[in-house]
Amino acid sequence: MTDTTLTAPRGNPALDLLRRYGIWVIALIVMLVLPKIFTSGAALTTMCLMGIMIVFSLAYNMLLGQTGMLSFGHAVYYGLGGFLAVHAMNVISAGKLPIPLPVVPLVGGLMGLIFGFIFGAVSTRRAGTVFAMISLGLGELIASLSLILRGFFGGEEGINANRTKMLSLWGVRFGPQIEVYYLIASWCFVCMIAMYAFTRTPLGRMCNAVRDNPERAEFVGYSTQMVRFITFCISGFFAGIAGGLAAINFELMNAVNISGAQSGSVLLMAYIGGIGHFMGPVLGAVLVVLLQVFLSDLTGAWMLYFGLIFIMMVMFAPGGIAGLIMLHLPLWQRGTLLQIVPAYAVMLVPALMGVAGAVALIETAHHQLVKTGTEGPAMKLFGIAYNSNTVLPWIVALALIGGGVVLGKLWGPHMADAYSNAAHGKEASK
Amino acid sequence: MLELVIFSTLNGVLYGMLLFLLASGLTLIFSMMGVLNFAHASFYMLGAYFGFQISQWLDFWVALFVAPVCVGLVGAAVERWGLRTVHKWGHVPELLFTFGLAFVIEEMVQMIWGKLPVDYRVPRLLDFPAFELFGTTYPAFRMFMLLISVAIFLVLLMILTRSRIGLIIQAALTHPNMVAMLGHNVPKVFMMVFGFGSGLAGLAGVIAGPALVTQPSMAHVLGPILFVVVVFGGLGSLPGAFIASLMIGLIQTFAIAINYSIGDLLSTVGMARPVQGMLSDLWQVTVAQVGPVVPYLMLVLILIFRPTGLMGTRES
Repeated sequence: MTDTTLTAPRGNPALDLLRRYGIWVIALIVMLVLPKIFTSGAALTTMCLMGIMIVFSLAYNMLLGQTGMLSFGHAVYYGLGGFLAVHAMNVISAGKLPIPLPVVPLVGGLMGLIFGFIFGAVSTRRAGTVFAMISLGLGELIASLSLILRGFFGGEEGINANRTKMLSLWGVRFGPQIEVYYLIASWCFVCMIAMYAFTRTPLGRMCNAVRDNPERAEFVGYSTQMVRFITFCISGFFAGIAGGLAAINFELMNAVNISGAQSGSVLLMAYIGGIGHFMGPVLGAVLVVLLQVFLSDLTGAWMLYFGLIFIMMVMFAPGGIAGLIMLHLPLWQRGTLLQIVPAYAVMLVPALMGVAGAVALIETAHHQLVKTGTEGPAMKLFGIAYNSNTVLPWIVALALIGGGVVLGKLWGPHMADAYSNAAHGKEASK
Repeated sequence: MLELVIFSTLNGVLYGMLLFLLASGLTLIFSMMGVLNFAHASFYMLGAYFGFQISQWLDFWVALFVAPVCVGLVGAAVERWGLRTVHKWGHVPELLFTFGLAFVIEEMVQMIWGKLPVDYRVPRLLDFPAFELFGTTYPAFRMFMLLISVAIFLVLLMILTRSRIGLIIQAALTHPNMVAMLGHNVPKVFMMVFGFGSGLAGLAGVIAGPALVTQPSMAHVLGPILFVVVVFGGLGSLPGAFIASLMIGLIQTFAIAINYSIGDLLSTVGMARPVQGMLSDLWQVTVAQVGPVVPYLMLVLILIFRPTGLMGTRES
């Protein structure tokens, strides 16, 4: 966790406060104002999903980024929290219990906590690959159980609930999506603050120690197993809250929510956003939800793009988007950020060439293989109409990719020089 | 009953040997490079699809030799230009790379061959019943599958124990750093082992494709089971992987044939079975339905009580 507030110069107390809490105020304002700008129903649904996924991926990053535990089964706590929340909603509305809807995510959170406690006790005894394997085993175990225990998990069609049938608070019944948005946004904001606060506690710091050097953490006198276990429980709690929010948002929970695919997608979100920084998973959740919503409208091969983006991230930017941003923070502080703009602008040419070539290749292939039977070989890409049956578009696409790679390799060292000049000054780079 | 036992044993051993074809490559790759290859089952799927495509164009018998080689080359290329780049970031990115690769391969296969199962048929030469027992016939192709996997198993055993390259690989299983110190080109060995392991998985795909269903989800179904085999047997232990493959093959095959539930057990000892309530299904599900869960239960239990696995010596 990179910490900028500690290094900030102390002086004017008001400025100090602004530095420390300004980002949260901005986040709050953004959350409040967003639905006023994007008022369409689709945008509102997307933003609700973003809120849920932000909580889930931050909870996930408590394990992966903060404590170094790679989990392949975190959807278990999200899903179980969600299912319990759905059942709780049904019980509350059937029994007319005086419990309002905004409390329901807490039920999911408690469920996540309880199952985090049970499964964490067995899985956090080991770290590293063994932990990853246990989490995969537990995840698959619960996912297969969810198809067997039809009474609790509702089989293929899942379990329904109706959020409007519950006790109304000051006349708010949570029927319209906008009311649900504000409910999700407030839970999301509170959870973000709570999870950030956790990173600043001594325990949160010990998590980093356990991640970086478990042996020394043991010598200092901490039980690495206990640190992993407590973090696992807390992470399960927040994942359960995200599940509860999902239950309220969709009014439906089914086996997909608890499957390995859900575990995989939260891993993708956290990693693409950047696991090394607190804001990473937030960026990742927002970006991935956006990609899911808009890319799936644009192209039928969107899952392929998604996988390729992930692979490219792992290969060339393991710090994720947040990592790339943090790389430029020293430049910003030195005031040399503008120096590298020309070098980056030149790099844009091969980058665009490569991306355009890859997109052309995938789209032409997708059209030729999937759509030709129904729509014929004629297609349109970037405003250019052509025939996917001919050889030329394939050659052009491959040439673009090849050209992009070659030019990129040629310019790469210059860009690295420009970066180190800007970051350390001309003398240091020599 | 005897009929059930014989056929289930045959099928179980066959499934187990197929698992071993995959698990042997996976565990070799893991012990040398420390990478648990998530995409290993995807190479198996690629093998099935390549086999299908080549037998469409040419012949099944050509596919049997060409398709595994193609898959092996793909595997070697993945190691050379993918994993080697990621290697410098550490083990977690390597794992994530193979995770993303499995995702991409599945999408590509869906794009090229469609989402529905392809019509990958048993070759005409082997499309007859091998023998008849208690009025049930057993297909010759399955015997052929069994034969191939046993043959591969024996060849693998010979290579690993009797050849020079096998000695290097065996040494790398236990002392990877020492092997590098002795001047072997470890990256090249890695690439060859990765390609060879992928090729084995591809071969398993070519012969399993006609007998099982060749569809885009086949990697996703088999992948986690494969991990169970490798971890259960002990990471890096080939004999362990062999025992675990057979065990899981037999357990899964026998579970499908047993139609009893806990509720049945309770009622035979004279207790009433609960039929109401949300979790009443727990008493109603039969062993056959629970079958898919059993391997994961085994995985979790062995990791808790014996993290090194059956025959393994290393924890991670």
